[in-house]
Amino acid sequence: MYPENYRYTKEHEWVLVEGDTGTIGITDHAQEELGDIVYVDLPKVGTAIEQGKSLGSVESVKAVSDVYCPVSGEVTEANATLADKPESLNSDPHGAAWLIKLKLSKPSEAESLMTAAEYEAYIGAEK
Amino acid sequence: MSSDAPLRTTPLNSVHRSLGAKMVDFGGWDMPVQYSGIIDEHNAVRNSVGLFDVSHMGEIEIHGAEAAKLADLVTTNHAAKLKIGQAHYSGLLYPHGGFVDDILVHKVADDRYFLCVNAGNQEKDFEHILAHNRFDAQVEFASERYAQLAIQGPRARATLQKLTPVDLAAIKYYWFTDGEVSGTPARIAHTGYTGEDGFEIYVPPAEAERLWNEVLAAGAEFGIKPCGLGARNTLRLEAKMALYGHEIDASISPLEADLGWIVKLDKGDFVGRDALVKQKEHGLTRALVGFEMCGRGIGRDGYEVYLDGAPAGWVTSGSPSPTLCKNIGLCYLPIGQAQIGKTIQIMVRNQPVDAITVETPFYKRAK
Repeated sequence: MYPENYRYTKEHEWVLVEGDTGTIGITDHAQEELGDIVYVDLPKVGTAIEQGKSLGSVESVKAVSDVYCPVSGEVTEANATLADKPESLNSDPHGAAWLIKLKLSKPSEAESLMTAAEYEAYIGAEK
Repeated sequence: MSSDAPLRTTPLNSVHRSLGAKMVDFGGWDMPVQYSGIIDEHNAVRNSVGLFDVSHMGEIEIHGAEAAKLADLVTTNHAAKLKIGQAHYSGLLYPHGGFVDDILVHKVADDRYFLCVNAGNQEKDFEHILAHNRFDAQVEFASERYAQLAIQGPRARATLQKLTPVDLAAIKYYWFTDGEVSGTPARIAHTGYTGEDGFEIYVPPAEAERLWNEVLAAGAEFGIKPCGLGARNTLRLEAKMALYGHEIDASISPLEADLGWIVKLDKGDFVGRDALVKQKEHGLTRALVGFEMCGRGIGRDGYEVYLDGAPAGWVTSGSPSPTLCKNIGLCYLPIGQAQIGKTIQIMVRNQPVDAITVETPFYKRAK
């Protein structure tokens, strides 16, 4: 369920680090908790975001939630398909419905995040 | 609710969990917010049939020779005018005119009234009614004696009819009858909180699980879905039905909440009447108005409403409307500025987003 090559936060975001690029999304657990997603607000390309700061929000029928940036960097791409198909976050949160790509300013930050096994244990304990 | 007290549960708690429901703390109750998804459940009720566990709702009974007098003293609608077997929507008010709760009043017999009240208010309601009882009447807290299931949607009657010898077609809207569902004594009311046709049944808690499963089986051919509080909220909002803690609370009067139709000032004295009369004389200052978002965003509960750049009101409920595919909501505005068709701004996460005031209800079922 949770890709081994991703790292995870306690706030239920994931990051895939490839060289100095980070791809960021929300976890399957997060979309489950949110329910039917109707809006996704993402930052503009060029925005610099610090680790732990809000990068945007995801809104479901019942609530709106901030998404926190798992690592620091500058936005190089925001997933434009989510504007028309926010519901794809419910069906493919670890794949096609990634949120943003970052040029990482501190690539080592990801190492302190949870591994897939640690994250699964974390959400298991949360339930 | 911040409390270390364990959450309260309905007799169907383990059933919800086994169905994979997402459970939430709803005013101290551990309740299902959704099973398959709010939109899916919402559409099931609009298009076919859905089943809700509303056993968290409270029941209070008033009986005795002067039951009607007590009911009429503590409620805004005219309880004595109900026929036996008839129900109506009503308000319990404080002397200052704000809501203690909004309730359904059922007349069971000349000397017996049955009240369905909000889960989070039930103890408060009971104390309130007791405190005003100066009649030959007894007030009984009866919540432990009832589980409640709501079967709602255009196929609700066809679903429930399979399980009862009572002729459901003969029960008019907002009437009820005491009969049996699947061999169990049940109060069958043609009422609901979805804006759709449907029934609410009051049954013994020990039978709740069996009946829940039998209703699901009876509705299977219609694609019945178990529905949670999430869909209940979107359904009631489309139908512009008030939710305590949102459109109404202790600081809001029924006149302000566009519920003047449940206030019968000419029936005689009742708790809160003087305040409402005064409010009418002095003129209301605010009104509850529906809106649709024009810009991108959803005006949610508690968000500020701006008019001409200045704060003017607040959103009481807001949500995507699955039926209309628009983002809708209700808000309070100064009464002079509450016209339909007015552009307002709602502060959505610190950004003003345009909305326009519209006629309500947002959704009305075809009869």
